[in-house]
Amino acid sequence: MDMASKSTFKKPIGVIGAGSFGLSVANLLAENNRVLLYARNPQVVDEINKQKVYDGFEIDDQIEAINDMKLLAEQCDIIFPVVPSSNFREMIQTLSPYLHPYHILIHGTKGLELSLGEGKSLSDYEVLERKHIRTMSEVIRDESVVVRVGCLAGPNLAREISQKLPAATVIASHFDEVIQIGQQLLRSDRFQVYGNKDLIGVELCGVLKNIIAIASGALGGLKLGENARSLLISRGIAEIIFLGRAMGGKTQSFIGLAGIGDLVATSHSTLSRNYTVGRRLAEGEKLEDILADMKEVAEGINTVRIASKIAESFKIRAPITEALHRVLFEGTTIDEALQYLMKYPLNADVDFM
Amino acid sequence: MQLKSYQSKRKYDPILPGSEDWPVVQISRNRKEFIQEVSEAAISRIKELTRNKTALIEELETTLYKEKARIKENPWKVDPDDDYSFWSKVKAQLVDLSQKRNKDQEEVDELLERIVLRYATEVAGNFNPSSYRFARAVATFGFSRLLNAARLKKFGAFWRNELTLNDKIHINGEVEKLRAMAKKGTIVIVPTHSSNLDSILIGWVIYTLGLPPVIYGAGLNLFNISLIAYFMNSLGAYKVDRRKKNVIYLETLKAYSALALKKGCQSLFFPGGTRSRSGKLEKDLKLGLLGTAVEAQRINIQEDGDKAEKIFIVPVSLNYHFVLEAPSLIRQYLERKGQERYYVENDEFSSSYKILTFLFKFFTKGSDISVSIGEPMDVMGNPVDDDGYSLDPKNRRIDIKDYFISQNKVTINKQREEEYTRMLAGKITQQYSKIARVFSSHLVAFCAFEILAKRNKRLDFFSLLRLPDEDLIIQFPEFKNTCKLIREKIFERVEQEKMTVANHMLEDLDSVIEHGLHNLGMYHAKRPLIKTDDGNITTMDINLLYFYRNRLDGYGLEKYI
Repeated sequence: MDMASKSTFKKPIGVIGAGSFGLSVANLLAENNRVLLYARNPQVVDEINKQKVYDGFEIDDQIEAINDMKLLAEQCDIIFPVVPSSNFREMIQTLSPYLHPYHILIHGTKGLELSLGEGKSLSDYEVLERKHIRTMSEVIRDESVVVRVGCLAGPNLAREISQKLPAATVIASHFDEVIQIGQQLLRSDRFQVYGNKDLIGVELCGVLKNIIAIASGALGGLKLGENARSLLISRGIAEIIFLGRAMGGKTQSFIGLAGIGDLVATSHSTLSRNYTVGRRLAEGEKLEDILADMKEVAEGINTVRIASKIAESFKIRAPITEALHRVLFEGTTIDEALQYLMKYPLNADVDFM
Repeated sequence: MQLKSYQSKRKYDPILPGSEDWPVVQISRNRKEFIQEVSEAAISRIKELTRNKTALIEELETTLYKEKARIKENPWKVDPDDDYSFWSKVKAQLVDLSQKRNKDQEEVDELLERIVLRYATEVAGNFNPSSYRFARAVATFGFSRLLNAARLKKFGAFWRNELTLNDKIHINGEVEKLRAMAKKGTIVIVPTHSSNLDSILIGWVIYTLGLPPVIYGAGLNLFNISLIAYFMNSLGAYKVDRRKKNVIYLETLKAYSALALKKGCQSLFFPGGTRSRSGKLEKDLKLGLLGTAVEAQRINIQEDGDKAEKIFIVPVSLNYHFVLEAPSLIRQYLERKGQERYYVENDEFSSSYKILTFLFKFFTKGSDISVSIGEPMDVMGNPVDDDGYSLDPKNRRIDIKDYFISQNKVTINKQREEEYTRMLAGKITQQYSKIARVFSSHLVAFCAFEILAKRNKRLDFFSLLRLPDEDLIIQFPEFKNTCKLIREKIFERVEQEKMTVANHMLEDLDSVIEHGLHNLGMYHAKRPLIKTDDGNITTMDINLLYFYRNRLDGYGLEKYI
């Protein structure tokens, strides 16, 4: 097959969100297709269209930025929402009136949402039930008539993709159709696309690995070396599997490209936001100060909050998540957390297969 | 939510007055052509699945092998006399084919055609409007006589008409909506399935509500019993043989169902497949026949665009205090759960005599049945408004066509439709647990079993079922408190529209418990629950108790005990 073949899609492809990953996805899509890129801020739209450079990313000529959700839904049958999980539901609610069952949505957001009901907070619940935790595909299903939903996950560091370095990703969906479309749209001679039917599992891969990325940053900040990092990654994947299975993912997905693949990339990437949070914590900064001067959201912080409650509610052993929770929200120091982990009574190496 | 009740002796006018207009009549009048059409559709389905000649021959060989095994190991009375000779001929032909170097496509096709035609003829029902009316009249007449004689207990009561089936069987729920949708499109009724009585009961319900007769797949084993076979045939049943699990047969069956739906025949599937062995509400639905509803909807759209006939799915819950076959169903369930074992299909419904005795008992002693009609949905499980338009959760109208569109065109995508069927099945089971009417008998069975389970929580499940008699006694005050608590929790769920209760559940607690104990499995030789001489509660058959307890499984009520 000619991988760089011209697209068979007549309509433009939509992307929602002009963050670094949204821009990367738009650029990948633009190699074969016209792309409409929705940005919330009109000034950003202007800048992208006029300068053809934004936030250090070059913008492909095939990309046109717009500020109109209605237009986006009318023009595009296939849309890639890539916005932070904290804005995701609101974004879908705005888009929803214009969506029809013929739309296909493939999101690239690696976060979870808590759906607790009006005015409730996490502390109001002694135990969480599965229905309280929504993955982004579930938010799409909750808020719109779209059923053909998929997600995009894998080791896709935005900076490397913009430098056109080789990489691969996973498209997950219950629908073969969605996987095939994703492959047709994104595949190129330096970008490989794998399919997976376990939508929830693949979404959780992207979500849960952020916890380990923060921990990896902390190890980096303390300069503890590569033995320690490998220990973290291998215990991390076990923890991800236990948490992920409890929420409905399949073990196989977590040891694939979106699971281990993404975990290794993020744990080594000193530039990633989650890693940076961990590193700065280890260097003695306070969480508020770190958050105050970060431009984009570090999904991992919210994920630690949710995942530690899940571990507690579903009675899962998740020592790394628990230790991070103490550091982030309960005032424990990184050193104390490390002590806790090194003394944790673990004996089985592989107990998740 | 308290479902609207239609217990008055209300009569519904037929939706299509003359039997001439019933699609099912059209089909059986042109039975031969219909079977031909089914065969053609089935052949193209099978060819799509097998793709090339070699694969098709392989499929034929597998079919032959399975059919030979069936004839040898599991023959039934209803099997045709030429079963053996037919398949012997197929064998000869296949052997012949395998020896030729150039396998003749025509010869393979011809063989497939013969097998499919045979299957289609076997599956096809033989609906006849006059015997439909006759069967119905006999049933209604017979039931009324029994009922009046037994209930009024007066000389000459046999000929009175003071009581009708309406007094015995309560129909609740979205009756008007169902009737409205039957006028606007093709209805597919999907009931829960716990007893062989279900088929007859639902047939009566459909008639009472003035709906044209439905066609439905009935297990071929039921046609072994002459009394049932007669009713089945005249009520519009087509035959489903659960022994035949080969691809060619299954595709023929699906082609039959899809084509009948396309022709506007109201259909009925028991999506649970067989009767619920455990007594639980069905969770895992069989997707094969259900998928034909999705498929038929897409075909209608392909052929008629915006004017396409719409297909509506209507979940129905059949609720009993008493299931005749419960003892053998639960035995089979436990055997399977314990270890995979071959079991004999032989239960309380296995002869005409046993059924008649049951019917007599049913009509002469007081134990009511209720039928809850769920909210009609489109094939995607969306609710529909009074005009039959699909609605999204925000009550905006959706065009069903859009689900089948890819890049501006309606496309055929089998995997997509399989996924849609799975989603639909999920919506159906959700409705089941919402509309299933909780009876007093379910409440007492649940509470008693869970008290015993909690008391012995260190025991594994099978040891629990083997508790000695002296450990099965529950003190009445404890039992009453538990019933009180669980009833409150049920009421909370009713408030949240997650469950539905029968009216008798609203009475004072003592009456509800009395009513429950009295009605729970009332005709079993060993009663699931009885009062001991000193007023406490115990069971004569804990397996049966478990069976009836399971009706309340899956609502998360056990955590309160």
